[in-house]
Amino acid sequence: MATLELSLDESSAAPARRKRRIGTLFWLAVGWTVVVFAVAILADLLPLPSPTDMDMLERRGTFSAEHWLGTDGLGRDELSRLIYGARISLIVGLCAPMIGVTIGGALGMLAGYFRGRFESIVVGSMDVLLAFPPLILALAVTAYLGQSIFNLTCILGVLGIPAFMRVARAATLTLARREFVIAAQALGATHTRILLRELLPNVLLPLLAFFLLGVAVTIVVEGSLSFLGLGVPPPISSWGSMIGEGRESLDVAPRLAFIPAAAMFLTVLAFNLIGDTMRALTDPRQGAL
Amino acid sequence: MSSALLSVENAVVDLPTPRGNLRAVDHVDLAVGAGRTLGIVGESGCGKTMLSRAILQLLPKKAKLSGRVMFDGQDLTRLPAEKLRKLRGRSLAVVFQDPMTSLNPVLTIGTQLIETIQEHLELDLAQARQRSIELLAAVGIPAPEQRLAQYPHQLSGGMRQRVAIAVALSCEPQLLIADEPTTALDVTIQAQILDLLAREQQRRHMAMIIITHDLGVVAGRTDEVAVMYAGRVVERAPTPALFKQMRMPYTEALLAALPKLDVAPHTPLPAISGRPPDPTRPLKGCSFSPRCRYSAERCGTEKPQLSTAETPEHLYACFHPIAARVGA
Repeated sequence: MATLELSLDESSAAPARRKRRIGTLFWLAVGWTVVVFAVAILADLLPLPSPTDMDMLERRGTFSAEHWLGTDGLGRDELSRLIYGARISLIVGLCAPMIGVTIGGALGMLAGYFRGRFESIVVGSMDVLLAFPPLILALAVTAYLGQSIFNLTCILGVLGIPAFMRVARAATLTLARREFVIAAQALGATHTRILLRELLPNVLLPLLAFFLLGVAVTIVVEGSLSFLGLGVPPPISSWGSMIGEGRESLDVAPRLAFIPAAAMFLTVLAFNLIGDTMRALTDPRQGAL
Repeated sequence: MSSALLSVENAVVDLPTPRGNLRAVDHVDLAVGAGRTLGIVGESGCGKTMLSRAILQLLPKKAKLSGRVMFDGQDLTRLPAEKLRKLRGRSLAVVFQDPMTSLNPVLTIGTQLIETIQEHLELDLAQARQRSIELLAAVGIPAPEQRLAQYPHQLSGGMRQRVAIAVALSCEPQLLIADEPTTALDVTIQAQILDLLAREQQRRHMAMIIITHDLGVVAGRTDEVAVMYAGRVVERAPTPALFKQMRMPYTEALLAALPKLDVAPHTPLPAISGRPPDPTRPLKGCSFSPRCRYSAERCGTEKPQLSTAETPEHLYACFHPIAARVGA
């Protein structure tokens, strides 16, 4: 009986310890992210005017019942463009880091686990990629392959690989020396099993936190590229291209640049806050064990 | 010695370091028969762990091993990687010093046990799960079924070491190497864990190597003891013979350095003065001579070889063994 009681005590104590003070800021960030995702996904179902329909009589119109956030320089609905722009920003912002985390994470884990010549080659080639000016690469690729969301995502994804590789390799290097990896080897585990079952769950936590920060950075980079006209081709809207178009009428209607800028600012801030909180939640746990 | 399950013959482990070649294990010969227990004793850095890694062929990549490690008629040093992998866990298993680090922090105990079992034995998930529960019960863990879903950090140190032992025993190994299995644990738990290891060894009739720095640990629980110093075996004898009449001054000093209950409080421990020699700068003579109370001129110039005393099982490497001096 005594043993049964003991086990009950522990199972009830475990969830209580996991609870931590997270703060309202984190929940605000989560709330904003959810709203942005929801409107981006449901954009087609919302009663919005088309983001590409121009109304030349109503250029740079102010806030009204018809156009909640007014119209842009070509008379297109600003709110609608903002929401469809969120789609592009989120697709690129999520898919590009996904490419980075998959390829970079795999390369980093393999390099950190097997070391030796493979590691030198991987780290060396990543250094080359890091040294290459990213804007030039983006320019070159869009010039040859043309502007499209797919190309843009691929470029940004490839540019993200070195950073993810470094995070994964650093985590793997320290973990691979831990005794549980040697213990797994001593119990006859294959390299595949050690990498996938022993190391991956441990590396995943720092990678995931870094992934969220990567999303924030990618949204900004996509915005900068679109601002420069290297991003998505018009008339598709993205937050960056909207800021770029709003620049022309900054003196007449500054809101055309500031509204998408504010949307981007809030979204990036939200991703950063979530990423930071997650890292803070995962770090001490790793240190304690 | 031909009947031995494991025999280490003339093993040498060299580690290249920036300061030069480090000889971690220096011409070691050992043997363990099936169902027997060997204790390896020595202070930190004397090569105990490197020797156990050498047996498992899990040395750091840069390390060089020469000599032979014969296990069940096969030379492990020449075995291809895949065969070796199948042997580990299945026939050879290890329990490490620190159960905090030898279990994966992000996998449940059940996952770690079940996957190890499925790696080596052809069992389906339900059977492997059943076996895991039996193993946890066998190593004295209360409510084993609930434990399967728990993570290592939810268990105490003693419980974790029991889990580590359960993982090691999961595939019925023929040889278990326990590398300082109780060093990271409370004294009250140490005896329990050692008794558990002894009980499971008896039940499964497996051979066991206990590596420790504590002569007290090996005293009642081993058949034979090898004392290591600076990478060499300096004394090897059946346990009763060793404790009845130790020959090597180092063994005597190790025993004297154990805290005892029957001396007055605040009595300083007779610690061994000085430090072990720098393993990258091997001494010409006996490596213990700078710290040895009985050291003479010959000890500094010539290396004593393992030789037998009156009984053939009792080997020691000393020019001035203790009994001889007493007799003279």
